[in-house]
Parts: sequence; C-alpha cells; structure tokens
Amino acid sequence: MSAYLLRRLLYAIPILIGVNLLTFALFFVVNTPDDMARMQLGVKRVTPEAIADWKRERGYDRPLLYNAGAAGLDRITDTIFFDKSVRLFVFDFGPADDGRDIGREIRSRMGPSLAIALPVFMLGLAAYIATALLLVFFRQTVFDVAGVIGCVLLMSISAMFYIIGGQYLMSKAWRLAPISGFADGPQMVPFLLLPVFIGVIAGIGASTRWYRTIFLEEMGKEYVRTARAKGLSEMRVLFRHVLQNALIPILTGVVVVIPSLFLGSLLFESFFGIPGLGSYTIDAINAQDFAVVRAMVFLGSVLYIAGLMLTDLSYAWVDPRVRFE
Amino acid sequence: MRTALRSLLPRPRGSISPPAAGPGSLRRLLLVTIAMVGLAACSGPWNNPYPGDPGVRAEGASTIFSSFRERPKHLDPARAYTSDAYVFVGQIYQPPLQYHYLKRPFELIGFAATEVPRPRYFDRAGRELPADAPAAAVAFSTYDIRIREGLGYQPHPALAVDATGKPRFHGLTAAELSRVHTLFDFSATGTREVVAADFVHQIKRLAHPRLQSPIQGKMAKYIVGLAELSDTLREKLKTLPRDGFIDLAQHELEGAQVVDRYTFRIRLKGKYPQFVYWLAMPFFSPMPPEADRFYAQPGLARKNISLDWFPIGSGPYMLSENDPNRRMVLSRNPNFGVEVYPSEGAPGDREAGLLSDAGRRLPLTDRVVFSLEKEQIPYWNKFLQGWFDSSGISSDAFDQAVQMSASGDIGISDQMSARGIELQTSVATSIFYLGFNWQDAVVGAPEKSDAAGRERARKLRHAVSIAIDQEEFISVFRNGRAIAAQGPIAPGIIGFRDGEAGLNRYMYDWVDGAPRRKSIDHARKLLAEAGYPNGRDAKTGQPLVLNLDTVGSGAGARSRIEWYVRQLQKIDIQLVPRLTDWNRFQDKLRQGNVQMYFLGWNADYPDPENFLFLLYGPEAKVGRDGNNSSNYRNPEYDQLFEQMKDMADGPARQQVIDRMVDILRADAPWVWGFHPVDFTLRHAWLANVQPNTMAQNELKYHRVDGGARALAHAAWNAPVLWPIGLAGVALFALVLPAWTGYRRRERRRGRVDPADGRAESRH
Repeated sequence: MSAYLLRRLLYAIPILIGVNLLTFALFFVVNTPDDMARMQLGVKRVTPEAIADWKRERGYDRPLLYNAGAAGLDRITDTIFFDKSVRLFVFDFGPADDGRDIGREIRSRMGPSLAIALPVFMLGLAAYIATALLLVFFRQTVFDVAGVIGCVLLMSISAMFYIIGGQYLMSKAWRLAPISGFADGPQMVPFLLLPVFIGVIAGIGASTRWYRTIFLEEMGKEYVRTARAKGLSEMRVLFRHVLQNALIPILTGVVVVIPSLFLGSLLFESFFGIPGLGSYTIDAINAQDFAVVRAMVFLGSVLYIAGLMLTDLSYAWVDPRVRFE
Repeated sequence: MRTALRSLLPRPRGSISPPAAGPGSLRRLLLVTIAMVGLAACSGPWNNPYPGDPGVRAEGASTIFSSFRERPKHLDPARAYTSDAYVFVGQIYQPPLQYHYLKRPFELIGFAATEVPRPRYFDRAGRELPADAPAAAVAFSTYDIRIREGLGYQPHPALAVDATGKPRFHGLTAAELSRVHTLFDFSATGTREVVAADFVHQIKRLAHPRLQSPIQGKMAKYIVGLAELSDTLREKLKTLPRDGFIDLAQHELEGAQVVDRYTFRIRLKGKYPQFVYWLAMPFFSPMPPEADRFYAQPGLARKNISLDWFPIGSGPYMLSENDPNRRMVLSRNPNFGVEVYPSEGAPGDREAGLLSDAGRRLPLTDRVVFSLEKEQIPYWNKFLQGWFDSSGISSDAFDQAVQMSASGDIGISDQMSARGIELQTSVATSIFYLGFNWQDAVVGAPEKSDAAGRERARKLRHAVSIAIDQEEFISVFRNGRAIAAQGPIAPGIIGFRDGEAGLNRYMYDWVDGAPRRKSIDHARKLLAEAGYPNGRDAKTGQPLVLNLDTVGSGAGARSRIEWYVRQLQKIDIQLVPRLTDWNRFQDKLRQGNVQMYFLGWNADYPDPENFLFLLYGPEAKVGRDGNNSSNYRNPEYDQLFEQMKDMADGPARQQVIDRMVDILRADAPWVWGFHPVDFTLRHAWLANVQPNTMAQNELKYHRVDGGARALAHAAWNAPVLWPIGLAGVALFALVLPAWTGYRRRERRRGRVDPADGRAESRH
C-alpha cells in the first residue's frame, strides 16, 4: 500500500503543475499585471509610476513564463510563473495582492467553512441514507412513489430558493434564528442552525434518489434473499446488510468530497455571512487577486487529489479483498 | 457480486459498525447542545445577530450597529481612497481640517488644526504677494498650519515605552513574535501627544513608492520636493531587500517643514487654492514615525499585522476589533482631544432637533459595530428587525420602504412609518454620464476635421442627448432617486445653478416653472441637419450605427443597455452595445478605441474645479492618462478653466463657471446623465443623522437611544413557536403510520422485532 500511495503522490505532482499552469494561463489571458495593479490601486488618480511600483513590489514586473533577458536557468526561474508557483508546493502561499498573508487567511477561514460544511455533510448523509432506506423499505408502495415524486420536486428547486425561502420563513417570519452572521465558540450555534438546516434540506431530493437507487440494486441480490430466509427482520436486512454492502458506491461519492469540505460553499457563505474560504475565493475573483485565486485553486486540487486517495483507501477499509496494485 | 459475498463472510476487523459512542455520551452531547441553544435563546431574541454584545442591552455601552459590504482594501491613510475604507479611516484619523457637519454649502473648519490656514503667495524672488495675486505671478504658496495642543493618539503598542522611555516593542525577538498573533496580543500600549512633526512625516509617506499613495502623482505636482523625494526613495528601495525599512526621518522634504512643536508649513509650487480641501482628507492625518518603525519589524507582516490593517490615529474612534471577514468594531479613543457638537447649522436644523446636543463633547456614542453583510436580503431584513440602526434602500425594497403621493412627492411608506423609521434624502455630489469620444470622426471633433464636420457632429450629439430621456431612465431604473443633470456640476457644489438659471437650453425648455425635454421631432430635425435624415447617411444612404462601450455586468445591466438601444431607435439610430469587462474597458478608453461610453464621477471636494477638470484638454485620457475620458478639447474652455481654478469664490468666478458650462452644453461632449439622490432610512432611536456627502467623520455626531432600541428588539423579534410544534406533529404523523405499517408487515411475515436481538437469535 505504501508503494501505491507513493506512486499516487508522485502522480499528483505533474497534475498540480498542470493545474497551476492552466490557472496561470487562464488568469493572465484576461488580466495583465497592469490590470491587477489598477484594480488594487483604484480608479482615480493612478499614475504609471504607482503601477510600476506596485508591480515591482509584488514581483509582477518580470516576464510571465520565459525571461529572454536572463541567462541560463534564470530564463525559467526568473519569471512570474516560477516565482509564484514553486512556493505553493510547500504550501507557502505568500501575500495576497492586498498585502494580507494568504496562509494565515486560509487557516482562519477554514474553521467557519467547516462549521457549516461538516454538519451539513454529516447530518445530510445520515438523513439522506435514512430517507432512502425508508423509501426502499416501502418500495413499490404509495409511500415510495410519493417519496420519489417529492425527491424529484425537491431536486428541481434551485438552492437559492431554499436559501431565500428559508431565510424568509425561519428568520423573518418566525424569527427563530439570525438571518445571517457568525460568532466564535458556543455562540456560533444559533448562526449555524439555519444554514445547516437549509443545507440538508437542499440536498435531500437528489441525494435520497441516488442512495435509493443504490439500495434498490442491492435489494435484488442473493445475499438479501439469504438474510431474509434466515428470518431476519426487514429493518435488520436493510440497515445491517444492504447498507453495509452498498458502502462502496456510497464511499465513491462521499469520501472524495470530505477534504473539500474545508473549501466551504460559495453560495451559503455569501448569503449567511459566513467568513469561510468560499467567500474568500469569490472575493478574490471579484478583486482579481491572482495570488489568492491561484492559492485556492491549488488547494482545491490538492484536496481533491487527497479525496481520491482517501476514497481508494476507504475501499480497502470496507472490503479487504480490494488490493492496491 | 464481490460485495454481496462479503456480507456473508464473518465481519472483518475495522469494518463499518454502529457508532462506538455509547448512549450516555450521545445523551450528554445532546444535552450540551440543547443547553447551549437554550442559553443563547434565553439571552434575548432568538434571531439576535449580536449574541453577547453588551451594546444590544439597554444598559450597555451606547453602540451604533451598522454594516459593511466589502472589507476595506486599505486602512493606511496614505493609501485609503475608497468609500468603504473611509467609513473606518474617517473616524480613526484626524486630518488638519474637516467639513462643518451641518452648515450648507459645505464649509471647512479646523479639526486637528486650530483654523483653516490662509495661503501666502510668493514670487520667484521670494517676495510676498497679495492674496489676490494672479496665478501667473505666484511661484510658491505656503500654508502655515497650527495644530491644537493636547491631541493624543489612541493606545497602541507602537507607542508603548519602558521605564527608561524607550520603545517597548520596537525590537521584537523571535520568542516574543511567536506569542503575537494579532495586534491585541501585545501586553502593553502607550500613547503620546500629536505634534507637528507627525504631519510632516505623513506627507513624506505620500512619496513612499512602497505605499503607492493614490495622490502621490497629484501632490508631486504641487508639494515642493515630493517628486524628488519619491525618486530618491525609489532608488534607495532598489538597494534594500524586499522588506527593507526606510527611515523617512533621514530624508528631508522641502515642501513640508516643522516650524515649531505645534506648527508645520507646507510649500506648494504655484497657486493651488483647492489644496485646503485635501487637508480635510485622511491623506494628511498625523502619523507617528514610531508606527512605521514598529510595523516594519520582520515577521509582523506575515501575521497580517501592518499599518494597513491596524491603524494608529488620533481621531474620535479607534479600531478595537478588526476582523474584516466578519466584524469590525470602533471604540471611543480615550485620548481624543476636546471637540464639541456644533451649536449652529443650516436653517431648519434647530427645528429638526439637530442642535439639541450642541456643546456636548464628541463622540456621542461609545462604540460602532460593523458586521459584514454582503447580500441585500439579510441586510434589509436585519434593518427591519432593528438590528441595524440605518439602511440604504435597494431597488427591490424600494416599494416596501417608500411611497409616492398623488402629487409625486416621495415619502416613507406606512409600514416603515408604523415602526418609527424616518427617511432622509440628499443629492450626491456625483454625476453619471454617457460620453462621446472627441477623437471619433462621427461623434467627435478630431483635429483633422473641418468646421462643417465638427458642426454636424455637434448636432448629432445634441440629437442623441435629446433622444435619451433621462427622466424616464431615472423613473424606471432608479425609482426616481436621481435628478437629471443640466451640466457637469453637481448640486451643492459652488457654481451649480438651480432652476431656470441652471437650465440646459440645448436640451430643455422651461415650461410652467419646470424643465421640459425638447421633443423627438426636434432631435430628428437636428439629426437631419447633421447629415443623417431618418437615421441614414444623406450621402451614402447607409444607416447610422453608433457603438456604445460599457461594462456589461451588475444587476440589470442588460435591461439598461436595451433601454438605451430603444432610446436611439426613436430617432432611427442603431446603437450597438459592446460589452466588456472593466479592465478592457479601461484599456479602450486609454487607447481612444471607443465611440460612446458610460462613466461616473464622485467629487473629492466641493469645488467646481473637481468636476470641470474632467473635460479639461490637458487632462485627456489618450496619451496623458488623465481623467478627461472624452478627450474633449476646446481652447476657450481650457483657458477659462486655468483662470477659474485659481480664482476666489465670488461673482467673478461664477461668471467664468457659467461661461464654461455654457460652452460644454453647446459642445455636448457628454450626454448629461444624472446626479444620484441618496435615500437613507434610520430608526427613531438614532439621532443627529444629517447626510453630509463631503464629511467622512460623521459617526462622532450620531447619538443612539439604547433603551428604545432594546424595547423595539424585544417587541419586534419574539420568536414564533407554532411552526416547531407543527413540524413535530407532522413528523409524528409521518412516522407513526410508517412504523405501525412496518410492525404489521413484520408480524404478518412472522419476523421478530428488530430491536430484540435475543429473539432473532432463536430463529
């Protein structure tokens, strides 16, 4: 397994370089360092000298990818791309274009992102699986049909509707929770109630249908018939045997997103005023802060790769017959 | 199949199993959660977004609750130049001058300075000239600024000293640094009196290349030696490592000198009467050199501890909580000098209760809490629930907040009125316009064009200007919250003329005491005279197509652009919108690759020069990167501008301004757009709110009645509990039939209760 992990880690390096190169190219296709300087320095009274100073201060006064004026290896290393990219591989993100340290920002924003994403993920997973098993239990009944129709209806509604509708009902009409905001420590709880509740509800339609499909597929297999033949209750068949055997397809979709929970949700964080990494990314895109965008894309790639590796590991965990070769 | 077989095998080690946590720990977790929620609920309304904040309580420190939409980019007074930054910087720093809070037209008064300085003029030989000396004769101007004694900086670690009087935190060791995560982690703070040298130090900072002050270029033209100091520092920086420190005390600046402990002198090239307005901006606030030395220490910047994020000011407030991702709190600066609420204002202010706090020491409120609120819906609802003390009005909320009477008067809606909410309006010192590129052969007047061609283009611009019905635009897209512009100068600025005297007679007629836009027939006639009868080129028969470059983002951008297309269709002109992003749009302007474009301008100071320079020839965008985006050039106008900018206010200056405005109306380099009207709602418990578009430090005048607010919070935010009960009943109604159905089915099949493991084992 160690060899497998090492191999996967080595594969990750060219992937990350590629992602970084692509981000770099896409960003600088639409933005020049001059644009970035103007964005940061404002619209009024910006002088060419100020732009030159800004670029020099942040190392944007060098060529993008190839420094024809330099000698030897400096042609590659004395460029914006090399300077800004190499440090990423040791997770040194450097300062944002507004001067704030990106690493520190990421560390301080991960907590709020997780505070929303983790409960939504855990409660959602439990709720979706339980609902799906319930529908499977009542399969081919009116309850099942109604449940599937309900799921289709729920998944047809935009997340924005859930957010706005939830804020209107829960916070404005019924005044049960703050409509937005965040606090540290135990005072965080009231602020989490609404986004977590809405987050779970917003995903229930699509996820329940997905899990129902997985469970139904399992229900037709022989081991289920054997379990029933042993006289086990339907509840036990479902929750002990079917659920356990459905774990591989469930894990495929679930484990891969676990690391990405750190990155937060763009929409939820914006609407509920959560100071997480989702809103950080959106703000950076709006401000054309390449340093932050690059760091967040890189981090997202790393976490996605980590998620894929975790998924592989989880296969072996739930099914020892899976071998890493 | 493989997984199916797996289920029949004995359970392997480490396989999925029920949660290890016992029922006891789960119960404890549940109880703790319920207790926390219960505690939060018991502390007041359940929807209180300020849990634990003493300002919400009636007996707590007097606190204003406000919001910010984007975190400010800069809080360093040498760099901050945006309204979102001025919300904070304006309260923290103390420039020499400020605008009188109540008087209109805007009046400068002393803030850190004892009074508004009077310039002294000198010729090249150093001889003093009279105050009305012509600008051409003036080689230098000097401003002697006397500051008030006893002004103090906010408590700050940079000013902390040990028993020997040496700075306590200017030589941080690695161990000390490791214990510091925010500025508030320092164990001690200090303060000292503001002195004239601090103002001189700040002026030198404007030249620092690392700060990229937005007014460096502007001030380098006037302050003697500032450009040279900039060059010197730029050269010095090249010899230093990236985070190397430059001690500005080692560098002299001829244009800013300390005269004595409380007086400093600024020396300008030539005559620049508008300079005093800059002295009311945070750029010229005092900055202790200790601050630069403190923040330059290695390692602090990596912890986001910099002067750009942790100000050190002598104004009425200091930043006591600084989380720009969530919440920022201003608290009273205990060392703020003595300043009292004004005892005189504009007519009607006394009757409006705006002078009831006259003579009281400022600031009138202990704290101001700003919460980050990016989205409009939560922001508006929080205001309605009383969690924000004041609010603007978005287009979505306009109908809910404002109602229009049969006579067209705008007033507060009954719903708002029932809550005691009050509406205040003020015309912004801004203009939004649609510009023509003077270098364009069709709509402009390039140098190679002949007189006849220029006249045709002028008539075309007039036809376009008439066809675009600004009144309709204001009604449709701004809910009536703007006034149609008659020229470049905004209301409230010297030189603006109201009523019939200020009418643009090229676009309007004065009918029944009000302006009426000229008819579309008149526009068509002008278009025909321009050589485009029925929108077609009289020579070629080709339809007239005009291009509009604009940034096509933001709410409603597309509908606005389509509206403009329809406006020009009224006179058979085809308007082609060319949507682009902001950067490309700026590029196009710089290169002159536009025909028509949208822009706006927000005044820096209440002087007509700050509007009229937008069409001054030498300020052209193309080639000079100035602010004249139309590249408009008219020799008479340029000559009058040079004359006007150095004149003292009075009838003579007004006459020149009138002539300049008339030239612009005749030439029509812009379609005169509109001046926005700001609508502000405030709750009854917030007093002394008077819109002042020039002042940046108005929070110190505001007073809040915490008792009234707490009562309103309790009355407006009682939780509605029946939905929780209903949800419980609904869940029960859903689960009960399912459970009974399950039990019935299991019994029918002869299976055991799933919870009864022993029974199952018997099978």
